[in-house]
Amino acid sequence: MDKVIIAEELTLSYNKDETIINQANFSVDSGSFTFITGASGSGKSTLLKSLYGAIKPKQGSLVVGGAQIKNISSKKLNFLRQHIGIVFQDYKLIKEWTIEKNVMLPLIIGGFQKSVSEQQVHKLLSHVKLNHQSGKYPLELSGGEQQRVAMARALSHNPILILADEPTGNLDDYSAELIWNLLEGANTQLKTTIIVVTHHIPENMKIPYKHLHIEFGTIYEVS
Amino acid sequence: MKSLKNHFSLILALFSILFAIQIFIINDRALEAYEQKLSSSYSMIVVSNVAISNDTFKTYSSNIEKVDILSADEIIKKLQENISQKNIELLKLSLPKFYRIHLKTFPTSYEVESLTKTLKKNSSITRVEDFSSNHDTVYKLLLLFKQITQLFTLVILLVTVLLIAKELRIWQFKHSERMNIMGLFGAPVWLRSAVLFRLALIDALIASFMAIFFFYGISMSTWTADQLSVIGIDITIFEWLSDGSILLGVAVLISILLASLIVVGYKEEV
Ligand SMILES: Nc1ncnc2c1ncn2[C@@H]1O[C@H](COP(=O)(O)OP(=O)(O)OP(=O)(O)O)[C@@H](O)[C@H]1O
Ligand SMILES: [Mg+2]
Repeated sequence: MDKVIIAEELTLSYNKDETIINQANFSVDSGSFTFITGASGSGKSTLLKSLYGAIKPKQGSLVVGGAQIKNISSKKLNFLRQHIGIVFQDYKLIKEWTIEKNVMLPLIIGGFQKSVSEQQVHKLLSHVKLNHQSGKYPLELSGGEQQRVAMARALSHNPILILADEPTGNLDDYSAELIWNLLEGANTQLKTTIIVVTHHIPENMKIPYKHLHIEFGTIYEVS
Repeated sequence: MKSLKNHFSLILALFSILFAIQIFIINDRALEAYEQKLSSSYSMIVVSNVAISNDTFKTYSSNIEKVDILSADEIIKKLQENISQKNIELLKLSLPKFYRIHLKTFPTSYEVESLTKTLKKNSSITRVEDFSSNHDTVYKLLLLFKQITQLFTLVILLVTVLLIAKELRIWQFKHSERMNIMGLFGAPVWLRSAVLFRLALIDALIASFMAIFFFYGISMSTWTADQLSVIGIDITIFEWLSDGSILLGVAVLISILLASLIVVGYKEEV
């Protein structure tokens, strides 16, 4: 089976004194579903950052989508990112853009036709039950609503890999269920590879998944 | 409404810069016109025993515009009744020649002094009246005015730099978040900064059109024309083509520079 991510002896840090991830070895199969858990501050978001090339490995090797992240060119990195859908822990919505345009961002970057993009955006906004809010700005929405916008944006361009950092952290059970169904749907129907950072793995997962746990800089494969 | 507020601060900064530039242009024009007026009213009187040609005068200074010979006919006419024609001819020959020298530009005090000296070296020139004390006061006043203008420009320039620097920081803050997010989704640099350049260009256009119409309004008003005619100078306050293109050019240049600085200084946040 194809590997979307291969990490060997991967070491991550922000500065010399402190190592966040220490010589980790793991891989992620194409079309698989992976959960990452760990205590607050254990380095879950840091690991995701390395997967989309925001921080470079200090040591070891990290290959994402066939590209070596350590010495990737900015052009190649842009190309890679255009095929990843990210849900950030702090959402990272563009404040001065409407909800509709925010969700459309990956499609704008991909150069899609406007009518096609609009259709896709409306479909996704209705999936996250936010169709009626499309004209509003991010700061006019609740935290949970913003999180759902971020999810819609991550799915809009049908990426091959989705990285979601606590995508249900701010949601009630009903909305959380909505998100899990969306992610499972993308995984089963579109064969999208999905990596989710979470504190609670949902109990009623209908599909097989891998579980990575981070503790004291080490990544363990739980299941 | 929201986007209007976003535009407002840069437009205001650009407009004040353009305003200062045009004021400087007008002031410069007025000073030049005033200097021209002074130079046309200023002249030296030279008395000589023998006739001196125009060309000879011009060898004394390149700043000499023209030399008029002052006719003695008026004086002679009065004498004509008592003196015979033959004597008058004689008198005409023995009378010294009077010349009025006009200069191209209003001379500095030093120029007046040195020209007087040069003229006096010619032994046939018996007297040079340079009206120097009168010239001195006018000249010093002009000098003072020019210095004040230069100081004014310097201050404006300083304020401008501060204004732009402040604007740069605001822009960096305002746009870096969006550029960062776009980058995280793989937007190439040109796409990330496209909004920035478009905004900058739009603001430059708005600011320069505002300035152009403002000064056009002023140049059309009768009040300003009245004020200028009081000092006795006639200048164009605003020239559509030359002044308009300067203002437009400066505004576009500054805003493009601003946008480029932000793009160059941009770093991805982690
Ligand atoms: N930009 C940064 N610069 C320096 N250190 C950082 C930065 N971001 C995170 N860290 C440090 O890295 C460590 C791991 O942070 P990270 O955000 O990956 O944790 P996390 O597992 O995502 O925690 P949480 O569950 O609270 O989101 C923390 O100790 C944090 O202080
Ligand atoms: Mg985190």
